[in-house]
Amino acid sequence: MRMRHLAIALSLAGLLAAPAARAQQQVVIVTSFPKEITETYKKAFEAKNPGIRVEILNKPTPAGVAYIREAPANNKPDVFWVSAPDAFEVLAREKLLAKISNPNKDAPSKIGNYPVNDPQGYYLGQALAGYGLMWNTRYMKANKLPDPKEWADLTKPVYFGHVAMSSPSRSGTTHLTVETILQGEGWDKGWADLLRISGNCAAITERSFGVPDGVNNGQFGIGLVIDFFGLAGKASGFPVEFVYPSVTAIVPANIGMVAGAKNAENAQKFINYTLSVEGQELLFDPKISRLPVLPAVYKKAPAGFPNPFSGTIKPKVNFDSDLSEARYYVVSAIFDHTITFRHKELVAATKAIDTAAAKLAGKKNPQAEALLKEARDLAFTPIVGEARSKDKEFLALWRETKRDAAKAKQITALEEYWGTQARKNYAKAVELANQAAALAK
Amino acid sequence: MSAATPRFTFGQAAVALAIGAFLVTFLVVPVLMVIYIAFTNPDGSLTLAHFQGFFQLSLMRESFYNSLYVAVMTVLLSTLIAVPLAYLTARFEFRGAVLIQTLGVLPLVMPAFVGASAMQLLFGRSGTVNLILQDAFGFTLPIMQGLNGVIFVETLHYFPFILLNVTVALANIDTAMEESAQNLGSSGFRLFRRIVFPLALPGYIAGASLVFIKVFDDLGTPLVLNVTNMLAPQAYLRVTSIGIEDPIGYVICVILVAFSVSAMAGSMWFLRGRDFATVNRGGVASLRRRLSPWQSVLAYGWIIAVLLLILSPHLGILLLSFSKVWSYSLLPEAWTLEHYPAVIENSSRMIWNTLLYCGLAALFCVIIGTAIAYLVQRTRVPGRHLLDAMVTAALAMPGVVLGIGYLRTFKNVEIPFTETALTSSWVIFVLAYTIRRLPYALRSCMAALSQVHISLEESAQNLGASRRRTIQRIVVPLMIGGIAAGFVTSFITAAVEISETILLTSRESLAPMSYGIYLYMQSISGRGPGAALAVITVLIVAVGTYISNHLIRTRAAHQTAAHIKAGAK
Repeated sequence: MRMRHLAIALSLAGLLAAPAARAQQQVVIVTSFPKEITETYKKAFEAKNPGIRVEILNKPTPAGVAYIREAPANNKPDVFWVSAPDAFEVLAREKLLAKISNPNKDAPSKIGNYPVNDPQGYYLGQALAGYGLMWNTRYMKANKLPDPKEWADLTKPVYFGHVAMSSPSRSGTTHLTVETILQGEGWDKGWADLLRISGNCAAITERSFGVPDGVNNGQFGIGLVIDFFGLAGKASGFPVEFVYPSVTAIVPANIGMVAGAKNAENAQKFINYTLSVEGQELLFDPKISRLPVLPAVYKKAPAGFPNPFSGTIKPKVNFDSDLSEARYYVVSAIFDHTITFRHKELVAATKAIDTAAAKLAGKKNPQAEALLKEARDLAFTPIVGEARSKDKEFLALWRETKRDAAKAKQITALEEYWGTQARKNYAKAVELANQAAALAK
Repeated sequence: MSAATPRFTFGQAAVALAIGAFLVTFLVVPVLMVIYIAFTNPDGSLTLAHFQGFFQLSLMRESFYNSLYVAVMTVLLSTLIAVPLAYLTARFEFRGAVLIQTLGVLPLVMPAFVGASAMQLLFGRSGTVNLILQDAFGFTLPIMQGLNGVIFVETLHYFPFILLNVTVALANIDTAMEESAQNLGSSGFRLFRRIVFPLALPGYIAGASLVFIKVFDDLGTPLVLNVTNMLAPQAYLRVTSIGIEDPIGYVICVILVAFSVSAMAGSMWFLRGRDFATVNRGGVASLRRRLSPWQSVLAYGWIIAVLLLILSPHLGILLLSFSKVWSYSLLPEAWTLEHYPAVIENSSRMIWNTLLYCGLAALFCVIIGTAIAYLVQRTRVPGRHLLDAMVTAALAMPGVVLGIGYLRTFKNVEIPFTETALTSSWVIFVLAYTIRRLPYALRSCMAALSQVHISLEESAQNLGASRRRTIQRIVVPLMIGGIAAGFVTSFITAAVEISETILLTSRESLAPMSYGIYLYMQSISGRGPGAALAVITVLIVAVGTYISNHLIRTRAAHQTAAHIKAGAK
């Protein structure tokens, strides 16, 4: 009996010690990328660098930013690797990124007006990404929907209940999409379109991946997605199509080293690998389908693969990342409190307006038209006007640390005001639209 | 027991103290930490400002009502499914009893959030059912949308808690009560409503309060269904995207704890001071009534409908794990076997992690559970009931709260002799799983020990065995069935846990399978492999459940033997 106990204790001790004994060189990567990408790079890099283990920590971009900010100083992860450049801007401003040397001499310095690598040297472009529309061809056929070409198409009543997008507070890529629309169309028109599109949405998903996933399996007809989700879905055999609308921006997806990284040397090695010709060619894997930053690599691209350097994509928007960074939290907060969390009411308003508009179509009824216009204005005007969005003091409110009770209270009150105001506006819009519809008889 | 026995020995006190210290460090302190932060300013002064902030946000008020609504509705729907099933098996001559026993276990072996993603494909906007409805009748049912979806998925996952508890309760009612009622002319629904159900109430309340707590705290299902206007998802979103310093997240945690604890306390209070005891226990087979033909049709129809519903997530996951493309069609159109090898190649680490964490956690659970059971039932160590109470309270601690509490409390704590922070090591999983599964293990151990007759120990001691040797050679071997059942229950519930797992995973290589499934489900070509991993999890858990059932049955046999032996003395 005693001996058996001893044996159990020893084997337990062995189990406990095992992970410690395996301690070896490693590099810890915080990323929002799906498993296809991380797994492919992990395998390729480990094969090339025996003895270094790649540790992946998968988090949505905003959660990744929060994680790096809060990791204890002696236990910071090494590499941050996500799509959204503004997330890197946030980290760089908070001095959470280390300067890295750029091995990528062949990469162009700019894509459009946008610098491929951070001019200050905190992060490097690792792939290029555009944003666009993805749809399920079977769904579209079954519901007799026309294929969309532009963001603005999605504001049409015909797409009511068939669209899906994510929220900028939960997904860095959605944040970029929203910023692209805001910068391409201007603040007021951009928000009006976003509100209208959201009103057509069947869901505002919790993660950006919820959108392509839902389109792939046919839950949603059309989704607003980053290009590789659409391209990879198509390459994986799903009945989906993807287009870049003209209001799109090509922006680099970046990679950077965390300040105080525990394994700085391995971090640089990994970063260098992702930017090498071999590392860039991995992006053509059909399951990944991302655009490399090295123009020369495109010679090996599969047929039909978009090439941002040859003009197959014509981005109209020159993305301004300083502007995006300055209002990063404000845009997310406005979106969440007037759209994500008030989605049901927004959808109801949209539906009432569409119904009224359909009834009024072809009839001359100025009184009803006026009511309908008022309803539209109420439902689709942003809660924060353009002038306010440029107010430095207003923006500064979101940049401070969150736990200051007075500031927190101020923000809470503002968010609450937005939320209730939005709800009131949507309810009023329903009322007005119904009145307009009644007049149309 | 002889009067000369001292109140307690030094060894007993030391064990009690060690367990107490463990519970305080890994249960009480983290939870108190969460509560403390919810009530203080950064400088440490007390404040109610965060609570005011919470209730000022209409979003939070709405989340609060939504969580409450979903939990209550789930309890109601689960009752509708479970109580008729339990009544049928316990009181009627019925060949479907085995079926119903299967029904009782099946949903529990699959994590609710996995079931949710499979049910999207079957019941979602463009799921199989709605495509058929659309084709045939031109309308669709929004079963999986918003709160409906959460209620639907949670009901199918958690109703077994009520089914199992009510079945046991019915079996323990003195059938003479019903016979008297029948003799006095009561029958049918009136008999059920006035006699049977009130007598089975303790079992029902126990099951219902458990369902309420579980649903109120669940994180994975709302997240997978994109429902964010509920408390647990809001706590998770606030803490992960705003940061571990965000006070609202902690306020939500305090509310989750308050509701769970009061649901549990409420059910205990409700049952206290009422007399449910009947003179004899057990249903006599002869009382089982016959079903009239049309009653049979109704009963079988009901059971088959429920069985189909319950099987749907399992079926969905199985189909998905063999499918290449499943998009806007009734069934997948291209099949493949490659997901299984892919998962075993890429994620064997996660399978191993699950076995390691859950195995160790279950081991600690039964060791601590046995020790507490012994201390409570066989010794008079002061504070022994406090240990029991602390463990029972852990049942009401939401995974999200414990996860956040751990991240906050052990933020800068390193494991001795290593340079790894506790929160970024695998030890944290074992600790969290141990704490949250301990109540299950403790119940099994308590029950097992209470069925070991004390005369057996006294005989051993009269024959000269030391107390320790008595425990080793007599008590533990006689309890072994219950201990094993406790081990397996702890193991399987830990293996399908996701709330605290999402929060505590700091490296993919440390992640257990439940997180792996969650991660796979978040990538374009990952649904197949994710489903394959889920099938493997279900198989592991199902084998575990089978073993546990088997052990419980053999334990029962053992105990009868033990009692006979004791009686023979």
